Amino acid sequence: MTTTDTLADVATSASALRRFLHGLPGVDQVGAEERAARLAARSVKATAKAFALDLAVSMVDLTTLEGQDTPGKVRALCAKAARPDPSDPAAPRVAAVCVYPDLVATAKRALAGSGVRVASVATAFPSGRAARAVKIADVEYAVAAGADEVDMVIDRGAFLAGDYLALYDEIGAVKEACGGAHLKVILETGELVTYDNVRRASWLAMLAGADFIKTSTGKVQPAATLPVTLVMLEAVRDFRAAVGRQVGVKAAGGIRAAKDALRYLVVVNETAGPAWLTPALYRFGASSLLNDLLMQRQKLATGHYAGHDYVTED
Amino acid sequence: MAVFEYAPAPESRAVVDIASHYGLFIGGEFVESEDGKPFKSVNPATEEVLAEVTGAGPRDVDRAVRAARAAYEKVWGPMSGADRAKYLYRIARIVQERSRELAVLESLDNGKPIRESRDVDLPLVAAWFFSYAGWADKLGYAGFGPDPRPLGVAAQVIPWNFPLLMLAWKIATALACGNTVVLKPAETTPLTALAFADICRQAELPAGVVNIVTGAGGTGQALVSHGGVDKVAFTGSTEVGRQIAGSLAGTGRRLTLELGGKAANVVFEDAPLDQAVEGIVNGIFFNQGQVCCAGSRLLVQESVYDEVLGRLKRRMATLRVGDPLDKNTDVGAINSPAQLARIRELSEVGEAEGAERWSAPCAMPERGYWFPPTLFTGVTQAHRIAREEIFGPVLSVLTFRTPAEAVDKANNTPYGLSAGVWTEKGSRILWMAQRLRAGVVWANTFNKFDPASPFGGYKESGYGREGGRHGLEAYLAH
Repeated sequence: MTTTDTLADVATSASALRRFLHGLPGVDQVGAEERAARLAARSVKATAKAFALDLAVSMVDLTTLEGQDTPGKVRALCAKAARPDPSDPAAPRVAAVCVYPDLVATAKRALAGSGVRVASVATAFPSGRAARAVKIADVEYAVAAGADEVDMVIDRGAFLAGDYLALYDEIGAVKEACGGAHLKVILETGELVTYDNVRRASWLAMLAGADFIKTSTGKVQPAATLPVTLVMLEAVRDFRAAVGRQVGVKAAGGIRAAKDALRYLVVVNETAGPAWLTPALYRFGASSLLNDLLMQRQKLATGHYAGHDYVTED
Repeated sequence: MAVFEYAPAPESRAVVDIASHYGLFIGGEFVESEDGKPFKSVNPATEEVLAEVTGAGPRDVDRAVRAARAAYEKVWGPMSGADRAKYLYRIARIVQERSRELAVLESLDNGKPIRESRDVDLPLVAAWFFSYAGWADKLGYAGFGPDPRPLGVAAQVIPWNFPLLMLAWKIATALACGNTVVLKPAETTPLTALAFADICRQAELPAGVVNIVTGAGGTGQALVSHGGVDKVAFTGSTEVGRQIAGSLAGTGRRLTLELGGKAANVVFEDAPLDQAVEGIVNGIFFNQGQVCCAGSRLLVQESVYDEVLGRLKRRMATLRVGDPLDKNTDVGAINSPAQLARIRELSEVGEAEGAERWSAPCAMPERGYWFPPTLFTGVTQAHRIAREEIFGPVLSVLTFRTPAEAVDKANNTPYGLSAGVWTEKGSRILWMAQRLRAGVVWANTFNKFDPASPFGGYKESGYGREGGRHGLEAYLAH
């Protein structure tokens, strides 16, 4: 299908980019959903479950993206991120805390020395409806405040209008503004609707320089689903085969139960492969998921289910 | 990098209660044989003996046919369709209630993964009984005249690849139409049929409506050639099907045959490739490839050959082969030493004829009958592995250049049971489906079954249809 040679010039013109994206193999909806459902039926028990629960905790981007967020709320979240289970020092810390740009500095201070990264949404999150200059300024502000990772939203309007090159350029400009910060590109798959669109948007983002592709903002339903994540994992797998670069995947929004998280890890394991089973290449964007993972960890260790009052809530 | 290894997740055997010895189910009760010999049923995954089963002799078969005749004349034939439906619905519900037990038993006796017996076989068994229960009081509206009549006693011989599902296909239809049956399950997989006999008792089905005679080929021969049966239905090899057709010729008895296959799974360059790869895998490795409609010939358009093959091998390497009762097993055990020998023999022929063999790297259990998921490349129409049914997890890969060539190659086989077409182009699906000489053509999927959909073959794959409204015809006089 694609080689490094052909990929070098796919974005030289609007028509070349369009031809490339529309030349990707289609996704059969029924087949993709069946495959996801079959993988969801895998049984993860005992040692496998203990391994997967810890892995999932270490992959969480603990997130608060509300109008009512305050420095106090963010500091509490950061404390939780660095030490998710005060009763068990062996519990791994999460991957990152994800906040709005104006709270990056607060999070950065709270997490200093913890090893937990700070991620910031940007580019007029969640709608992406702002002038290019405003979006870039948003990114620059977050990066200047110390964000290690930037979660940008794509211009879904441009994508759906078929204006792929404009979107490609915009992602490239954001990537440049990120400097050393990792760029996660949110596709908002709930607004792209079809799996063909998800596959094309995934490739577009990767070609434009994304370090991660991410399903959703969490503000649109449906957010992350297993089949959508499957299609994105196929894309990063194929992108590596074509180009050699490994792009990460982040499933965000709607994943609340530990059981669901384990299903996602099975899909990662059997689609992209074990090489993606690291927080460097796979994340869960979530808030309430962490506590369920912790409760399941406790249950596995003690044999009984302690309940909500034995995990911390902020 | 740590490795995500799934811990063993075996389904419990405690839900099944296997007796050490089984008699024959004749006239509503288990009876001992008059002239038969016992044989053993073995777990193909471990070679453990599961139970001693009775091989019915000719006198036993005669008893069973007489019991079926009496039940037909006195009870089941005269009964109203609505009343027959009540029994069938009751059986369907009991199958659902006991589905976990039946799934485990099927996996033990057959070697198929519990994922399949649990998620495919058992739901379909229940669906078949529910579906045909619905037909029992509506036969006058099925297109076979205002008042179609049953035929009488049906002799039914079924294979070992889907033991309980093939039983359901045969018995649900026959009973819905008002016939009584004598059914012979395969020699290597009799246990779920015997469990079904217990379900008939539990459902208080009138004695003699369903009779189960276990045994090998001799029992089957005695059954299909018995002068007291009105209808013979056979699913199995083309060779045996041909013998049965010969022995019934001129007797006036009705016959349906569902025989072998060598299905082409045709992948075009514009196919949804990831799903096509899944479909290829499901087509040939579902039930260890021991499926008459298995997609055993992969026809790939040459322009995407390398890409499809690369993806297919990568996917095959993730197949989990092993303990059928483990919930994470994808590919289970081969049903019998005889079948394993046949798969090995034809695979060796493939190599000897110059095709290139590739097997998924996987560890196999030491005991039991196992064969790794395997594909052959460099196969042409002239190779025996492209023509003969292997009935195992062995895929022959061929190429084509144009749709017309794909049709020619797909149809160039003595069989014609099923075919698959993979393309995102709807018009091409229809164009292909019109030209493929196969009873079932799947588009962008494979190995999908539904009680509403007729199933059956062209040419040496047999005649008659099972399933749907069409399936009623084989059991009705009209």
